[in-house]
Amino acid sequence: MKLTLHVWRQKSRDDKGRLEIIVANNVNSHMSFLEMLDVVNEELIAKGVDPIHFDHDCREGICGMCSMVINGVAHGHLKGTTVCQLHMRYFKDGDHIYIEPWRAKAFPILKDLVVDRSALDRIMQAGGFISVRTGGAPDGNAIPVPKDDAEKAMDAAACIGCGSCVAACPNASAMLFVAAKVSQFAYLPQGQVERENRVSAMVAQMDAEGFGSCTNHYECEAVCPKEIPVSMIAKMNREYARALKKQTLGEKAKVWAGA
Amino acid sequence: MKLDAKIPSGPLAEKWDKHIVDLKLINPANKRKYSVIVVGSGLAGASAAASLAELGYIVACFCYQDSPRRAHSISAQGGINAAKNYQNDGDSIYRLFYDTVKGGDFRAREANVYRLAQVSNAIIDQCVAQGVPFGREYGGLLGNRSFGGAQVSRTFYARGQTGQQLLLGAYSALSRQIGLGTVKMYNRSEMLDLVLVDGHAKGIVVRDMISGKISSHAADAVILATGGYANVFYLSTNAKGCNVTAIYRAHKKGALFANPCFTQIHPTCIPVSGDYQSKLTLMSESLRNDGRVWVPKNKGDKRNPNQIPENERDYYLERKYPAYGNLAPRDISSRSAKEACDAGHGVGETGFGVYLDFTDAFKRVGKGVIAERYGNLFEMYERITGEDPYSVPMRIYPAPHYTMGGLWVDYNLMSNVPGLHVLGEANYSDHGANRLGASALMQGLADGYFVIPYTIGDYLANHGKVKVNTDHAEFKKAESEAAERTKKLLSIKGKRSVDSIHKELGTVMWEYCGMGRNDAGLRKVLKRIPEIRDEFWKNVTVLATNEEINHSLEKAGRLADFLEFAELMCIDALDRQESCGGHFREEYQTPEGEAQRNDQDYCFVSCWEYKGPGAAPVMHREPLSFETIHLAQRSYK
Repeated sequence: MKLTLHVWRQKSRDDKGRLEIIVANNVNSHMSFLEMLDVVNEELIAKGVDPIHFDHDCREGICGMCSMVINGVAHGHLKGTTVCQLHMRYFKDGDHIYIEPWRAKAFPILKDLVVDRSALDRIMQAGGFISVRTGGAPDGNAIPVPKDDAEKAMDAAACIGCGSCVAACPNASAMLFVAAKVSQFAYLPQGQVERENRVSAMVAQMDAEGFGSCTNHYECEAVCPKEIPVSMIAKMNREYARALKKQTLGEKAKVWAGA
Repeated sequence: MKLDAKIPSGPLAEKWDKHIVDLKLINPANKRKYSVIVVGSGLAGASAAASLAELGYIVACFCYQDSPRRAHSISAQGGINAAKNYQNDGDSIYRLFYDTVKGGDFRAREANVYRLAQVSNAIIDQCVAQGVPFGREYGGLLGNRSFGGAQVSRTFYARGQTGQQLLLGAYSALSRQIGLGTVKMYNRSEMLDLVLVDGHAKGIVVRDMISGKISSHAADAVILATGGYANVFYLSTNAKGCNVTAIYRAHKKGALFANPCFTQIHPTCIPVSGDYQSKLTLMSESLRNDGRVWVPKNKGDKRNPNQIPENERDYYLERKYPAYGNLAPRDISSRSAKEACDAGHGVGETGFGVYLDFTDAFKRVGKGVIAERYGNLFEMYERITGEDPYSVPMRIYPAPHYTMGGLWVDYNLMSNVPGLHVLGEANYSDHGANRLGASALMQGLADGYFVIPYTIGDYLANHGKVKVNTDHAEFKKAESEAAERTKKLLSIKGKRSVDSIHKELGTVMWEYCGMGRNDAGLRKVLKRIPEIRDEFWKNVTVLATNEEINHSLEKAGRLADFLEFAELMCIDALDRQESCGGHFREEYQTPEGEAQRNDQDYCFVSCWEYKGPGAAPVMHREPLSFETIHLAQRSYK
């Protein structure tokens, strides 16, 4: 099939950027979306045009590196799917496809569709962990976890950190991402000790990075490739309220995080 | 060259404990005077970086992805082994050790493997404490499943995302240290060279993948945890960015490359669909617990699989290996699939595929239970192929997946270059000629959490006092060589894209140095590789500049190293005139078509020394002695 792509091209962080039209002539319905772009890039290279730059790595939907908005939807319209797992059989001959980068103040564009998501790492560094040193952990079976809680923790832990929740949110909020990590540990007995400090420190960093707040649009849940539900955000809000009550916000959490 | 593996004396079960006592210590207040570079942030790299920083060392960690959380360990699906014996089914440290040595077809070092089995239990404890959400039973205790090549249930899992969850555990420990300022993390940074000063590894040269800036980093020791080289085949289950550059550059600086021809072809991957294919996707082999592998008995039978009656199906693994059946080890399962397809029984459009059928499991436990066990894998299969595995059997075919070969290391995980330590898939030490399922995660974390924190102190205590900085002439030299190479790649301005040449290399490697190898084929490919390499240096095109994000330039640099490394791999495959594990030399097989080992002549590790451009590499042998387990022909019948 033949497609008309409208692709965001931007040479560098300081470039203004624009949508450019690129025609994809040799598309096969078994290709993945990224393989379609590979084929387009080979044609561009043959013409001496710098290929379209996009982040990708594992190409099996788990590393969270691929990131593009397709026809206005982060990761494209197929539910619960990263771009690398989206296949061309879901498009039709003659389609016009608009391909844009994640857009958020906290995710500066580096080149074409490649953005800087290091803000998400800094939120994790602020508190996305259980403070255990290597060695000295008790036997794995010394901490029984009800199966139901373990399953809920796993649902939350499935987050791949791709940032599509931010890209989809009109407020560029990262609350689904933060909530997933806060909830994972809040469901587990291992996470109880640092429960209040963790949510305080992570939320503080989230705000400092310039992410917006949740105003219940639920766009994040709709695009999340791992289908993490917005109920996690409610869980995080409860955790935050607990921390407020226990007065562990601010300075105390900072001391805990070593900041 | 004399290779000293530094294996401690004494009984096998006491070696590691004794060694820990013998290793020199650095007192807590002095640890902050020593710095360590860790390249790679997968299970081995992240766990090492976090653990060393917790001890007090100054750590710098580098990865090519935009975040350390994305390293390819994340893609491991099935699980991680440990000798906990929680199932009361007769498991023990000894049995895990035994299975690993036997599974590796007797080409791994006994002492290393025993230690691996010993520390396996502490890994599970550590990960549970970090909040890794392992699968559990209703009583709240940890669940286990059995995995290819094992007769006990010792595999711990987190749905089909075990690698992801273990990596996120290590990443959380690493993140904590980055937040505390004890680890300096460099994302989107690619190591281009290793720097030696007076024969010791003292730093690396890296390229910032955003600005193109090439810079030097010095430390008292260097750790490479940069994964495997299966992308030499172009199509593999590795992430697109996985490459051989870091370990190959170290090899060119003097590190011995051990058993480069030992590569693992994973039996359960989704078959290739066309030439645009960019990578292959693995379906966890845990599927073989419930799925039955078969092909039609009649050649070229193109009927819908559901219409092929039971008596016209060949469940070839169950027929050939009744004791293990569909759970036979990976090398054996892969080769059997190839044999069936080569004999004309293959299925799917290309004829390179076999069925993995869940019909019996649906009848036995119901579709709901199977969906609970493998739901995400079934979904992934449908997403990629457009076929519903609940109603039509899956089609699978083997694909390059893991590389057992890697840089040679001693018992302390140090290469023959003093100060250069190598962890995880990047070293060669624990899996011999074939890795068992759920053992890669175990080895990566064993190396990073529980081996290197002990052994690196010994090196630093003995040699860490000689301090160098990046003003040293060796750093300047390595920097300017790296810049020259980059300039060269940009100046060729030929007609071929990097990928087109990589595909060409991959095709001949898969054909002649893949699942089956023979003398004539290897000689042929050894003539072909230099021609492709020549074509690359004369006719590749890399557009744009160094001073920006430039994916073609990154790929070209990696391919340049693959094009040299591929030759070493084939030389090793040609030299090893026996079949063992993943290395199947067609000339050496039993009358039943099984791999025929030659313990008389090849019971050693092939350690290759780089001798300069154009010169033939020289092989050194590390003899393997089996004192505890008797050398025996593997039998899974």
